[in-house]
Amino acid sequence: MMNNWRQSLLWLAVAITGAAAAGGIALNRGESINALWFIVAAVCTYLIGYRFYSAWIAAKVLMVDATRATPAERLQDGRDYMPTNRWVVFGHHFAAIAGPGPLIGPTLAAQFGYLPGTLWILIGSVLAGCVQDMVILFCSIRRNGRSLGQMARDELGPIGGFAALLATFLIMIILIAVLGLVVVNAMKHSPWATSTVAATIPIAIFIGLYMRYLRPGHVLEASLLGVVLLLGSVAAGGWIDQQAALREWFNHPGVPLAFAVIGYGLLAAILPVWLLLAPRDYLSTYMKLGTVVLLALAIIILQPDVKMPALTKFIDGTGPIFAGSLFPFVFITIACGAISGFHSLISSGTTPKLLENERDIRMIGYGGMALESFVAVMALLAACVLDPGVYFAINSPAGIVGADPATAVATITSWGFPVTVEQMNSLASAMGEATLFARTGGAPSLAVGMASIFASAFGEHLLAMWYHFAIMFEAVFILTTLDAGTRVGRFMLQDMLGNFIPKLGQTSWYPSVVLTSCIVVAGWGYFLYIGVIDPNGGVNILWPLFGISNQLLAAIALTVATSIIIKSGRWRYVWVTAAPLLWLLILTSTAVYQKLTSADPRVGFFAAANDLQAKLDAGLLSSEKAAVAPQLIFNQQLDAYLAMLFVVLLYLVVADMLRLTYRHWRGLAVLPSTEAPYQASQLVK
Amino acid sequence: MAFLKQFWALVRQLSGDDAYERYVRHHACCHPGEAPMDRKTFVKQEQERKWHGVKRCC
Repeated sequence: MMNNWRQSLLWLAVAITGAAAAGGIALNRGESINALWFIVAAVCTYLIGYRFYSAWIAAKVLMVDATRATPAERLQDGRDYMPTNRWVVFGHHFAAIAGPGPLIGPTLAAQFGYLPGTLWILIGSVLAGCVQDMVILFCSIRRNGRSLGQMARDELGPIGGFAALLATFLIMIILIAVLGLVVVNAMKHSPWATSTVAATIPIAIFIGLYMRYLRPGHVLEASLLGVVLLLGSVAAGGWIDQQAALREWFNHPGVPLAFAVIGYGLLAAILPVWLLLAPRDYLSTYMKLGTVVLLALAIIILQPDVKMPALTKFIDGTGPIFAGSLFPFVFITIACGAISGFHSLISSGTTPKLLENERDIRMIGYGGMALESFVAVMALLAACVLDPGVYFAINSPAGIVGADPATAVATITSWGFPVTVEQMNSLASAMGEATLFARTGGAPSLAVGMASIFASAFGEHLLAMWYHFAIMFEAVFILTTLDAGTRVGRFMLQDMLGNFIPKLGQTSWYPSVVLTSCIVVAGWGYFLYIGVIDPNGGVNILWPLFGISNQLLAAIALTVATSIIIKSGRWRYVWVTAAPLLWLLILTSTAVYQKLTSADPRVGFFAAANDLQAKLDAGLLSSEKAAVAPQLIFNQQLDAYLAMLFVVLLYLVVADMLRLTYRHWRGLAVLPSTEAPYQASQLVK
Repeated sequence: MAFLKQFWALVRQLSGDDAYERYVRHHACCHPGEAPMDRKTFVKQEQERKWHGVKRCC
């Protein structure tokens, strides 16, 4: 009894502290606010969500059963299916879901001010993102670890299943293109960054050979060696940057770098996994975990002040980084930090085959996403501790603020965010870069933010090192996603083509491997190329398209989850997944509607195409711009049809679910639930 | 000391450093009589298997 009292008091204290911190953040006006408040508000929100909401969902909605044997136990084969310590599963699951999205999305969304982003990251994760990950993990565990696509086919029918598969494939293409663009923009005319990123490839290959031939399977020592080499490559990059002859080797504009990334992607997809993909994956996982922990420590030690206002005037849709009003674009832009459809692929991939006990679903599914969302909060903080003027100077494309530094600072200062050319120049030279103007894509600005936090906490004189360390860290794991994604895209394509030409479906038949790899790489390579030549910075087009497609995949996952809850007969709890689903439907539909119909050429795809056509016809474009204009016009139209296709696929899946709901409600026959029958666990004592 | 040992075991399992040892143990208990694969072959198969599906997110 006494213990209960203490527990209640403790949770009450957590709730009050969280509410006070969140209230302080939300109501603060005019004065600068300490970053620690964000950390406190976030941690309390996750704790409350985890302790109460996730426990309630596990008990009432999913009826998690700790005595039931999981697939890991029933189907144990010592490899795919293997009961594993829950902390180990948590580590694997988190490493798999944590990608570059939650770092970049919040950085871009900071153009609206710190408040909208923070609120959505916290509310969205606790009520939607964590719920999605947890429920899909549960559904997959009850179905022998089936994938989202298989579950969609089994539970909804062939239409739902096909739509889910096609949507996933298209999202993969857009995702890789936008990530490629981020890396290209970080390397553009930066010999230090380019040489460091280039060095990661031979380092990964060396580690691959080491793990295969020199000391097979000794992952830890190989990874440690790799991390040391990567850190060495950051220092070596600084040295190369100083050598007048050598630096020209790595000093390139966007287009050749884009082709280098495309060539790299093709190579990574065709080469055996052990040579490049596997070792790179190990290295990026350690870099990622290490850097995230370091960033959290640095913020707690340093407690920097947030300089960005709570709201900026760009909530009206005129933002320089990407165009579009607060609703729906703050949600579309944050994407992965609050709810990410991609996680549903992991939650229905390797993770469900490892869980020892259904009890752990809460910790892995809900807890894993809460931690991911915490990473998003830190990325947002790293953007908001910069001087807003500096933040906008780094992230605004030359097409908006002007290519010449004097014009750019004048434009940005006129928005009410004072910044000077001297300030930008001294910042660039401190970071070891020639310029930081118009370094769009989010990676450089995140790196500047992280470098200033790290440098103040751990040593000011190393600013340029920290900056390039941050760039290397982002590039390493963006490239990991890029090559892993290309490979997954290839498997999906082979799977789809295999339905028509069985031979193409064989993942080990080399001609098919090369053909499908080329198709996938050509797909994202095209969008990457267009993004690089776009004078407004491709981020304005590609990131919203990526956000829309990611949220759409989340909606498909929630549709599958909702149908499964309906089939379980627990109608009164349907809102747990149906409410976030409805929200995502409104969100993605509004975003696509605006992207199609808006008259603002920076928002509407057709408006942009028409605007450019009119300028081209009137001869208003410089010869350089006129040369690429037809490609850009075609691309805007293509993006419009792609966005339409996304929405059509989503509504197909949702219609399939509504049909199922109606039939179930009227007592008509529906596809039976494919839940595996109960079997008592032998592992529970 | 016991704590450090446990922590080290967790790190090894997390990174997959002890994957082969675990495989040999599983083999000994569940498939007695069959010879387990040698380390090199196991590592090869394991890498192919691990990087086959969706392993990374955005």
